[in-house]
Amino acid sequence: MSNLTFDLQLLNTFAALLLLSSFAMLSQRRVVTMVNLLALQGVLLGLATLLLAWRTGNGHLYVSAGVTLALKAVFLPWLLHRLIRRLGVYWDSEPLLNIAATMLVGLIVVIFAFGLAQPIAALATTSTRSSIGIAVAVVLLAFLTMITRRKAMSQVVGFLSMENGLFFGAMSATYGMPMIIELGVALDVLVAMLVLGVFFFQIREQFDSLDLHHLESLKEEK
Amino acid sequence: MVFLFLLATPLLGALFLAFFGARRWAPEANVAFSFATFVAACALTARVIGEGNLSAAHEQFFIDPFNVFLVTLTALVSLTTSLFSRPYMRIEREHGRVKPAQLRLYHSMYQVFITAMLIALTTNNMGLMWVAMEAATLSTVLLVTLYRTPASLEAGWKYFILCGVGIAQALFGTILLYFAAEKVLGAEGMSALLWTHLNEVKGQLEPTVLSLAFVFLLVGYGTKVGLAPLHNWLPDAHAEGPTPISAVLSGLLLNVAIYAVVRCKVLVEGSLHSPLPSRMLMGFGLVSVVLAAFFLWRQRDIKRLFAYSSIEHMGIITFAFGMGGAVANFAALLHMTVHSLTKSAIFFAVGHAAQKTGTQVMNDIRGLITLSPTVGWGLMLGTLAILGLPPFGVFASEFLILTTAMRDQPWATPILLLALGVAFAAIFRRVQPMVFGETTARRLPHPPALLPVFVHLGLVLTLGLFIPPYLADWFRMAAKLIGGI
Repeated sequence: MSNLTFDLQLLNTFAALLLLSSFAMLSQRRVVTMVNLLALQGVLLGLATLLLAWRTGNGHLYVSAGVTLALKAVFLPWLLHRLIRRLGVYWDSEPLLNIAATMLVGLIVVIFAFGLAQPIAALATTSTRSSIGIAVAVVLLAFLTMITRRKAMSQVVGFLSMENGLFFGAMSATYGMPMIIELGVALDVLVAMLVLGVFFFQIREQFDSLDLHHLESLKEEK
Repeated sequence: MVFLFLLATPLLGALFLAFFGARRWAPEANVAFSFATFVAACALTARVIGEGNLSAAHEQFFIDPFNVFLVTLTALVSLTTSLFSRPYMRIEREHGRVKPAQLRLYHSMYQVFITAMLIALTTNNMGLMWVAMEAATLSTVLLVTLYRTPASLEAGWKYFILCGVGIAQALFGTILLYFAAEKVLGAEGMSALLWTHLNEVKGQLEPTVLSLAFVFLLVGYGTKVGLAPLHNWLPDAHAEGPTPISAVLSGLLLNVAIYAVVRCKVLVEGSLHSPLPSRMLMGFGLVSVVLAAFFLWRQRDIKRLFAYSSIEHMGIITFAFGMGGAVANFAALLHMTVHSLTKSAIFFAVGHAAQKTGTQVMNDIRGLITLSPTVGWGLMLGTLAILGLPPFGVFASEFLILTTAMRDQPWATPILLLALGVAFAAIFRRVQPMVFGETTARRLPHPPALLPVFVHLGLVLTLGLFIPPYLADWFRMAAKLIGGI
């Protein structure tokens, strides 16, 4: 690691912190803290993109860093916090698997992710290829978060965290997708969250709660 | 120019109806916009027949034989569905099931949905295709929950989260595809995501990355196709939303998702030179057919019944594309067309039947033929068509698929035949008493407008007896384009 330049070391630090925040999210039961962790991921992602933009002198990465910071570090967390306050969902119920077991599964998932990323990283020519494994791990950990939660809100946070992982993956493997695609994806995420806001109010109006066990009646035996 | 008209019309319609969607004449406006879109699609088709493949906006959009017929089909079915939705949504409004604000949302989102599907079909850019597919999902989430009942909210949530996660996998697949392509085509411009460019260099793309990409793309878009075991959202979303939406979800969205899968398969197969993608498609297809056939027996809700039938047919189409080769691809394309027409016709008839009897529970729907002969015959003929009885078009395509399977994949034939037989019995034993059973309900005062049902069934019948030469030529060209080992 000693022959790495300072900025690359910094990038790797961001990647490591991203993975750490995913683990923190996996073990966290307070929804507010999960949203804060999501905001932290947004900040890390934005800073990493900014650093990469500066390193490669790639104009479109600056724009993409700006969009990331505005959307993922500021707007979406703000929107979620607002929803949490107005809907009064502060805690998730007991996760389906206890925390210790979830963390163990998470560890296995990370090992698997690095295995999966091996062939991609071997072919990548970007200087950030070492973090592809981390990106895949973030995606899979977010998936695990979604599976083990019962509250709609925490599943959404997991979903957004998955999107963060994908974005980070695109960045470390190819320095980001073409501009218009990234903007399109960002727009879709934004619209998805707005749709979800409306949707949550509908659920609450109907059930007085956002607990997903209310949403388990559509079974085949019906 | 025609392109611009094709994509701008529904978008303008969406904007217009977002403001005026609750007016008395809004359903007519919806029909008018859909009709304009259909005219544009026909004009585009005429140009493609005359001038061959087209591309527009710096190759960001393109038309080849594979997508042109899907564009026309999408425009046609969205037009007939808007015709069906005109009386349907009026009655829903009179029954107090939807409020004016919801009606505005409904009309506007209907047009957004059409726009998104047309973009997904005509774009040359794999990234843009992803964006459009996600937009198509998002525009229909709030339509599935239009009635705000607990069951519809649950269905909407499942649809949102399962398709969201699924489509996130497809995004990862697209990123991997871009990663492999960028090495060959360079990152300049956007050529590394353009399908036509990728298709030219597919032999040079890195096989390991592409096989990984295909797994993610298939799982991602496969979720939208409703392939088992990723199909859980589909029956709920079809059953709980308004019936016009069930018709377009089943008749159009699933087709667009299959289209995306096949586009990816062409690229990956060209790079891998191995039967892996074909085998994966065949596997997913067969599992879907068998699973859906057995789940059909347990259904009590009429819309869920036909939703499972859609899963079954998507499985058949996926299996046929998996077999590949000229005949199987031809059959799969034909099956996409006839399934889309038949299934939407069935949903139109089911929608009227459910509205007249006030229930979707099959045991409570009886004697449709006495209640309203057109609805009864529409449902019966549609059911016979979808079950693959001659002389309807579904018979022709299924026959082609089965005979090709006997030659190329003999092991799969008994499984397919068994599943088709089980599905036949499961659906027929339900529909027969619904149509011909005894009823105590009074004959209804107003005859329903069922023109779309019979137009669709007429087309399916025609396709079963005679395929127009230019259509057959398209199918053949598209089948050649898709290729396969």
